[in-house]
Amino acid sequence: MNRLDALRGTTPPKPHDARAIAALAANPGCTRRALMDGAGIDKGAAARHLGFPAPFGQSPFAITRGNAFEALVKADGCAELLRMLRELLGLPIAEVAYHDVENVGAHLRHTHTRALIDRAVREEDAGTVYDHPLFTLEIAGHTAYLEPDVVAFQLGGRFHIVEIKSFAVIDGQADPAAAAAAARQAAVYVLALRGLLEELGHDPLRVSHEVVLVCPENFANRPVATLVDVRRQLAVLRRQLARMTDLDRLIDALPDGLTFDLMPDEDGLPSRPVAELADAVRGAAARYAPDCLSTCDLCFFCRDEARQEGASDLLGRHVRDELGGVASVGEALALADGARAPAEGQEEIARLLRGAERLRRECLT
Amino acid sequence: MSLLTSLARLRAVEAGRAQPIATVRHCHLSERPMVFIPLKLAGEAAAPLAAMLGTDRDAPRLLVVTQPRNRDLRFAWAAELAGVLVPYVESFLGSTETVERRNADPYERALDAPQLLLPNRAGVAFTRLLGRSTRFRRTDGPYPVPQGVPLLGRWLTYFAERAAYPGSSLAMAATEELARHWASGQSALEDANLAALVAWITTGPSDEAEDPLVWPPAGPATDPGFDAEVLAPAMESESAERVTEALRTQLAPTWRLMWQAVDLLRALEPGAGVAQRWEQDRASFSGMAAQIEEGAPPQARRDGAVAAAARLARMERAQAAYDVQRAYDDPLVMAEYRLTGEAFAGEVVETVPDNTEGEGRSRKLRPLVVVKTDDPVRIPPGTSLGTPQRRGQGAELVSADGGLVTLKITKGMGRGRTPTPGAVPEPGERVCYTSLTDDFQGAPALPEAEATPWTHGGPPPAYVPADEDAVEEWS
Repeated sequence: MNRLDALRGTTPPKPHDARAIAALAANPGCTRRALMDGAGIDKGAAARHLGFPAPFGQSPFAITRGNAFEALVKADGCAELLRMLRELLGLPIAEVAYHDVENVGAHLRHTHTRALIDRAVREEDAGTVYDHPLFTLEIAGHTAYLEPDVVAFQLGGRFHIVEIKSFAVIDGQADPAAAAAAARQAAVYVLALRGLLEELGHDPLRVSHEVVLVCPENFANRPVATLVDVRRQLAVLRRQLARMTDLDRLIDALPDGLTFDLMPDEDGLPSRPVAELADAVRGAAARYAPDCLSTCDLCFFCRDEARQEGASDLLGRHVRDELGGVASVGEALALADGARAPAEGQEEIARLLRGAERLRRECLT
Repeated sequence: MSLLTSLARLRAVEAGRAQPIATVRHCHLSERPMVFIPLKLAGEAAAPLAAMLGTDRDAPRLLVVTQPRNRDLRFAWAAELAGVLVPYVESFLGSTETVERRNADPYERALDAPQLLLPNRAGVAFTRLLGRSTRFRRTDGPYPVPQGVPLLGRWLTYFAERAAYPGSSLAMAATEELARHWASGQSALEDANLAALVAWITTGPSDEAEDPLVWPPAGPATDPGFDAEVLAPAMESESAERVTEALRTQLAPTWRLMWQAVDLLRALEPGAGVAQRWEQDRASFSGMAAQIEEGAPPQARRDGAVAAAARLARMERAQAAYDVQRAYDDPLVMAEYRLTGEAFAGEVVETVPDNTEGEGRSRKLRPLVVVKTDDPVRIPPGTSLGTPQRRGQGAELVSADGGLVTLKITKGMGRGRTPTPGAVPEPGERVCYTSLTDDFQGAPALPEAEATPWTHGGPPPAYVPADEDAVEEWS
């Protein structure tokens, strides 16, 4: 049994989706996250069992709206999508064909996707739009299955990933956070498709680094397509995935016998004593930052841990950076009060903190 | 944020209570602010769900779209909102003062102006979208909307724009203003939660602030759990009353928090520059009202190149002026500049009040002042200095060495041979000087819109509100 499997124990692995893979890039310095994701642990379930459920949820209204929009874009064999792609990519009308990969059984979808893509590359003009393809991506020795919304293929021999999102583009502008998340997710698909082409012996660069983002325009449900360059996201993702294949180094630093096993009972409910699991999770160092609150299922657990340690990470990266090498709140305050002599390398920050303390006292009394 | 603020955050963690980072209030607070808490339907760009608003904390108005997918109900909601907001805005247009201007005709300025208070920055962004989705509508032609809706859209757009304008108090996000005056022991990201921030300032941090069952989100997004378990079933039941009451439970707690935030801010003394900035707000408000009166078209969807550059320059100058004014008004803000060496404070140890420069007719009074300070001074000799204690005066740094700073007063000394009493600080007086000065910066020379160069897309087409704007889908 490899050591990552030992970390997961008897808990069934949680498949990675593109959103989870994209989120890996969010906090690359976090050992806890790298290990748990590498081992395929369901962090959401772990957080719930630890008593710190993640603060994420999606409104049924948002889900309905998202599904309705996707259905609209894909209706009648992606008619609306094809219209936009023709304009955006210059797809010749005669070349447009539509393949729904979902028509074959789920277990065959990946093989079928492979075959279709292979044929498309060999015959240049075969097939144009693939709906519901299934890609794979190796994550730390495990195969993750990914389902992009659509892949388009155009005559120039270039594949474009199409991502359908239901956030609105108003007067040419979308919510920057939503657009960035969509770009990160699309980059995962680009990487997966490039990997597939490489496996098939084709040039991976035939997958364009420009993805097509389809969103509702203004306040209506009418879709609009935009090209988004994801080269930067691809670079970040590649670096992060390369790092994850090298988890051995991180595992070596762990105490012997450490496992994140939830020990699910017959009903699949975790049965492991909470305190024991909490100790195990603490065994792998986290790097908490407030940004985790929007990306990681374990965020409340790690925040609680940071609070108990009095870590300055709690206050955000800005404060942490400003404090230089001072990691704890107590230490920083002791330096400011002059109650603690600065360690080597802390002289400058200690001087600044004492100055700041003197000024605050002067102004507030 | 500076190290001073970071230290205040650390102290807040230690004390379990937010720490002041300002000694005076830096925003104007109206006698009669309009608190406005909008909610939107999840998953939609700008579909209003409800709003709680009003100027009386004991009498909030609750406006609800009981079926958000119904276009008619949505516009009826906008009309109701207009029925509250537009009369409020217009009530300030009655009393005005005439302002004389150099090189321009005098104009009428409102004596007081409206003030829109929103819970957070997301609320401001939603206000902007509400404005965008209503200001192009027409009350006649195809798809007419109720009276007041297009006008509402223009005012909402105006308020959202002013909220982004540095130093303006016409529209403010409560979390931003609170965070400008108090440092909590949590991150800036978590400060965007109004309940959490108010708890840090008043009773100390509490996990309840993040529990949507105790403190529902301050909007405009609703809690997904509430959507699934309460709102969706209520809407399915088609009982308008049930939907209304459900939404009231989500808005009422935030309403109380908003007035608590108003009380917290009101308890602070206003800074010296607040009245002046509010005067600019009043002038801006009167200008907007005059534009509407003259029948100008609604604000364009996007600025042209020249208009955008001019707006950016205006905002940059406002930001610079706001930063300087706050430092002059507030010793605690000035302390940030003292920490970085751009300002210093200390005791006057020696003066030469009748020092002069030049001979004969060009002889000028240039008193010398020596200040003893503990602050690290990083200002090169020859730099102009200003001081909060004598705003009309200008000085110049002569030398700084070993905690003693010699400076020369160069402006505001008049023409006399000896200084007027009090003009030169006496030995023993505590003074503060800074290289930060609010010198007038001229507007950049920009071409007329019609002369926009080709590098910037050439002259923008004249904006004509089109029919398609007026009938744009809102689904």
